[in-house]
Amino acid sequence: MALKRNVGLKGLKYRGGGPMLAWALHRISGLAMVLFVGMHIVASFVMQQFGSDWATNLNIVYESTYFQLIIIFLVYFHAINGMRIIILDFWPKLLEYQREVTWLQWMLLIPMYGLTAMVMMLIKLGGE
Amino acid sequence: MSSRPAPQIGFSFEYMMWIFTRLSGLAMFLLSFIGFAGAFWLGARMYLTNNSFVDIGALARWTFFPNPNHVVNTNIPDVAVGWANAWWQIMQITILFLGATHGLNGLRVVIEDYIDRSWLRTLLRGLIFLLWIFVMLFGIYVIQAS
Ligand code: HEM
Repeated sequence: MALKRNVGLKGLKYRGGGPMLAWALHRISGLAMVLFVGMHIVASFVMQQFGSDWATNLNIVYESTYFQLIIIFLVYFHAINGMRIIILDFWPKLLEYQREVTWLQWMLLIPMYGLTAMVMMLIKLGGE
Repeated sequence: MSSRPAPQIGFSFEYMMWIFTRLSGLAMFLLSFIGFAGAFWLGARMYLTNNSFVDIGALARWTFFPNPNHVVNTNIPDVAVGWANAWWQIMQITILFLGATHGLNGLRVVIEDYIDRSWLRTLLRGLIFLLWIFVMLFGIYVIQAS
């Protein structure tokens, strides 16, 4: 019994354009957050209880500006894209504007993320 | 190629998780606004770097998980006064529950998109369920003990 949907490599060759990129990024960002939060909890616990080196180092990576820039992008994307999914699922009539809405979502995301990233880099370069 | 179809409305596990994913997404938005407001109101706004910008990493820690152990590195004076109370503990447990359930169920959805052998599915479902129990117990312990 094979899956009837193409979610693997064949799916990648499928040229779905913007909405498909959004789907892939939603999946990747969701999984990345689960991984990050999970590892962060384990690392913090091990650090607190045993003070081990690898756990401390892992948390140092997690606290670095560059790592946070990536995580924040994934979180913003997942939150905004998730909101689009929720709205379209509850009002399927809007699905007609799927492509436009996906563009709109990037127009929200880019300034929001840009501003956040700018503030973070200013602090980072400000030397504190 | 077609996308994963939305499940039929009814009292099935798939539908319950489908609707939960959406409602928890909305709820996490709401909780983050509350957490954000709380962080500013209770003094995270004082934590400025270079006297001009809020440290966004620190703000996020205050917003989503204002646990004394989680925010020790930010120099806010009165953690015990403003935050160590039932309200913020309940907020933390709520966000833990929503995040862990939404995220681990999402992991299950992704896995089941790629794996169709039923015994393996059952096994992985069981593992994810155990992981969920573990994260919940562990998280609640951390929240209550600190
Ligand atoms: C405001 C916050 C959030 C919103 C609005 C949101 C929204 C959504 C929605 C609507 C879906 C369903 C996608 C679909 O059916 O195709 C979803 C899936 C998912 N979410 Fe979230 N989410 C949020 C936060 C999170 C967090 C914090 C995590 C991780 C801990 C997470 C992990 C996942 C995963 C792993 C999936 C499954 C991805 C897939 O099926 O392709 N989400 N999210």
